[in-house]
Amino acid sequence: MANNTQDRSAPIVGVLALQGDFAHHEEALAACGLRTRQLRTAGQLGDVDALVLPGGESTTMLKLLEVEKLWDPLGEALQSGIPIMATCAGLILLSQHVESPSQKSYGVLPLTVVRNGYGRQYHSGTFDLASDVLPKGTTGTFIRAPRITALHGEVEVLARRSGDPVLVRRGQVLAACFHPELTIGHPVTAMFAQMIRARPAAIDYVGASQ
Amino acid sequence: MTNNHPIPQVPGFTAEELVSKIGFCAQLKGGVVMDVVNVEQAQIAEDSGACAVMALERVPADIRKDGGVSRASDPDMIAAIQKAVSIPVMAKVRIGHFVEAQMLESMEVDCIDESEVLTPADEEFHIEKRPFKTPFVCGCRDLGEALRRINEGAAMIRTKGEAGTGNVVEAVRHMRALMSQIRSLRGQDDHVLELRARELRVPTELVAWVAEHQKLPVPNFSAGGVATPADASLMMQLGAEAVFVGSGIFKSGDPVERARAIVRSVTHFRDPRVLVEVSKGLGEPMVGIDISTLPEEQLLASRGI
Repeated sequence: MANNTQDRSAPIVGVLALQGDFAHHEEALAACGLRTRQLRTAGQLGDVDALVLPGGESTTMLKLLEVEKLWDPLGEALQSGIPIMATCAGLILLSQHVESPSQKSYGVLPLTVVRNGYGRQYHSGTFDLASDVLPKGTTGTFIRAPRITALHGEVEVLARRSGDPVLVRRGQVLAACFHPELTIGHPVTAMFAQMIRARPAAIDYVGASQ
Repeated sequence: MTNNHPIPQVPGFTAEELVSKIGFCAQLKGGVVMDVVNVEQAQIAEDSGACAVMALERVPADIRKDGGVSRASDPDMIAAIQKAVSIPVMAKVRIGHFVEAQMLESMEVDCIDESEVLTPADEEFHIEKRPFKTPFVCGCRDLGEALRRINEGAAMIRTKGEAGTGNVVEAVRHMRALMSQIRSLRGQDDHVLELRARELRVPTELVAWVAEHQKLPVPNFSAGGVATPADASLMMQLGAEAVFVGSGIFKSGDPVERARAIVRSVTHFRDPRVLVEVSKGLGEPMVGIDISTLPEEQLLASRGI
């Protein structure tokens, strides 16, 4: 069950909740000691310490981002330097080039991604990951997953599936083609929690003396 | 950190099957699955923000009107829709017709609806769904039907409602029955759970899981009679995690606007201001049917129990 941590000082992670599996992300983040907030309007974006763009249908999310007038506010939040985790459809939204078909994206990650690049649902499943940073034996669940076919700039590859990059990091942005929120123990979400905690706390405004 | 699997273990499933099948259905949450009968409608659905389409030859309202035996759709038509859109494509098979299901799986349809809307092929058995790699969705009117379908391997449950009527009353009845029966299991001792399991004709572990977690172990969606954005929000507030809309969109006066409006109404299902905004000037909804005027043999929900 999604029990949000009671720790009132825990960082707040905004989880984009227009459509998709934001609930499992909230459970995984709570298990890592973080507080969460569902984001459906621009007003809910203020003062979050980090952002999660979950899986779901990227076309549905794109449509709603435009209709809700969230495209620009979310874009500003993505540029603000706060830690960001994106999975599956979320990764598509952050990529520089989207193929099959091509669609609008934020271009935060310099890479090319092919939608449903591993095939339809029939080809979905859990696959071994090759990684130096994840616990040995960590697997990834790929569901109609996007496939990264090219890297165009500085992107750190943290895990691969049969040679393809599937978990990447660039600065404060962590993105996965698979679904870390569906993995026992949530190692990727734990890595994201570390990124959030490693950021220096914002300095409290104490007011001027005069 | 938790060592519990985020996807619950359901008796009879392997962990991998569960995560792949239920994981797929979980990606549809907060979304709208739209019935479409051709490529043009499928594209309208995708452009309007549908999270998946259900490809079928006739929407339930027409099946109801035309009568006769209603079967799985022409593979050509399904394939054309698969080619035309990038969102998941689902299709329906008759209850118990495992060969129609084998055909859809070989076409790599993303999800199979074993549906009471088509004419049942087997009056005793539903499809044994576990051997399939493709996730199945099945309809229910109550907890017993839901758990029997899950025990057969369904990875997603939807209310049956009364399809093709544009009348949400039956979907409401089914969702309320399901939720109140789930609540009635709370805190019951092992003996009571065992008796309930026997009544419902499912394994005790399944009933015990529901009693403890107070929800179904698979995503719980709603279908059958949703015609307006307010209907969709109603089903979400009653506990649905996503909504199927059949005849409600393409049998209305302005399908494009209605499709967009229902998509927003599911995202903002607790915000009446958004509902007011999207409901303005939507044009004519589909013509509804008072279900009490339908003769018993025309009720679809009593098929496949």
